Amino acid sequence: MQHKVTRFAGSTFTQVILAGYTVLALFPIVLIVINAFKSRAAIFDSPLALPNSESWSLIGFEKAMKNAHFFNFFGNSAIVTVTSLVLILFFGAMAAWALSEYKFRGNRWLMAFFAFGIMVPIRLGTVSILKIMVSLELVNTLTALILVYVAQGLPLAIMILSEFMQQIPKELKEAARCDGVGEFKIFFQVILPLIRPAVATVAVFTMVPIWNDLWFPLILAPGEETQTITLGVQQFIGQYATDWNAVLASLSLAVLPVLVLYMFFSRQLIRGITAGAVK
Amino acid sequence: MKKPFPWHIVVFLAPAFLVYAIFSAFPLIDTLRLGFYTTTDTNQQLFSGLANYYTLMVDPHWSEGFWNAMRNNVKFFLVHMLIQNPIGLLLAALLSMRGVRGAKAYQTLIFLPTLLSVVIIGFVWQLILSPLWGVAETLLGYVGLAEHFQPWLGDESTALFTLSLMSVWQFVGIPMMLIYAALIAIPDEIIEAAVVEGASAWRIFWTIRVPLILPTLGLTTILTFVGNFNAFDLIYSVKGALAGPGYSTDILGTYFYRAFFGYQSQLGSPTLGAAVATMMFLVILVGVGLYFFFVQRKLQRFSF
Repeated sequence: MQHKVTRFAGSTFTQVILAGYTVLALFPIVLIVINAFKSRAAIFDSPLALPNSESWSLIGFEKAMKNAHFFNFFGNSAIVTVTSLVLILFFGAMAAWALSEYKFRGNRWLMAFFAFGIMVPIRLGTVSILKIMVSLELVNTLTALILVYVAQGLPLAIMILSEFMQQIPKELKEAARCDGVGEFKIFFQVILPLIRPAVATVAVFTMVPIWNDLWFPLILAPGEETQTITLGVQQFIGQYATDWNAVLASLSLAVLPVLVLYMFFSRQLIRGITAGAVK
Repeated sequence: MKKPFPWHIVVFLAPAFLVYAIFSAFPLIDTLRLGFYTTTDTNQQLFSGLANYYTLMVDPHWSEGFWNAMRNNVKFFLVHMLIQNPIGLLLAALLSMRGVRGAKAYQTLIFLPTLLSVVIIGFVWQLILSPLWGVAETLLGYVGLAEHFQPWLGDESTALFTLSLMSVWQFVGIPMMLIYAALIAIPDEIIEAAVVEGASAWRIFWTIRVPLILPTLGLTTILTFVGNFNAFDLIYSVKGALAGPGYSTDILGTYFYRAFFGYQSQLGSPTLGAAVATMMFLVILVGVGLYFFFVQRKLQRFSF
């Protein structure tokens, strides 16, 4: 009997803590989104209320859309993130395959060389990266960002993918080799389709930091045409700091795509993180 | 018979190697080299030995700011270690208990803020804490603490701590996830054996689970360390490059940015910036080195 009581108290305690922390984690985001749909007066009079027929207003979104090139920013972020991710996966898979499959001199050194990039942030090389981009005339281009993000994402991708490739059964490769299939064909037709489950893990770890980065867009591509959404929001809010409708709306616009994507992919994402972390 | 040269290996490695070498490894080495040069008024770079490091560490004009940024960065890291990671551990421990209703949902929702841009999080909290809007004050009022409200972000004595807490709020999901993954990977038999022996849940947690997840706690620590000593976005978007009020929220990332690009009337210098980056590199290297030589090695000896 007493055992049951402590157990009940224990699970209530657990629920209270978890639910409480969840509220704390979500409250700021919810607050911003609900106020983005209200008139200025309502934002200040009753910030905690949901928008109703009286306080409903889309003025903030109209201003944000008119004043800033939001669609342009989204486009830039999408191009940079997707292109970088594709290149990281492709180059990373090739390198991971070479490092995990073939024995050659310098293999371990190359592994260590790439592994170094996992721990040391690429930002520390910014002075020199900017110099290189200036001399290649790539400043204020999305190409500059893509190159840097590919270099940033490769080390971790190579590590995750090569660990995954080591688990591919030997028989598969040997069977192909016995049939006289070339090394390139083995990689593209046998190995690439097999690593699909690891792709989710790599995508999680590379896409989020790229999409959210402020540092490199600020330094390498601050021009209006090439601004990413993170930099765009930062600059826009700096300019319109006193226009609460526009600020709340632009914050919501920046949050919503992530929220929508997360609703669809959170399960794969969390599985990817837990799987990646256990190793 | 000599084997043909393995061209396929070269082809597989070349793209990744080139991009990584040119845009990550080389710039880092080049930055370490540039730290030994000074930039003249005509934009020439001259070798000057340790002059930049002397400037940073001793010259009163720069050293005061440098050590201030270093101190603040240490505080920023300590807040994460003392608040973020323990909360992460607590949440992970609760989530990994058997039969917790809604565990998956809680996990998904608590992890959400880590996916948002630091810029957005910075602005969101800035609005909430704004005395103009008064949301924080109203909320404190509900629990009878309204008179304790202050514009924390604007006060030199509280701004850095407030910003650290904003960052803790955003990133607590990462230690939570890592630790959770480690906790559920512990074989059931070990726990069951302890239960049969009559150990309490509390005791099982501290004497069996925590020792078994020490490698993950070590990993969490080093990830926090590297992330914190490389931080920039939050301070820059809330406080700008000047990291006010009165540089009280200045950390190495913002100091690096100012040394590199200049601020107000002070001209920036790429070479001085490179020296700051080198110092950050050394700090991170020491952290990572300690992690590998002590934590990793010691733990491997005891792992099963």
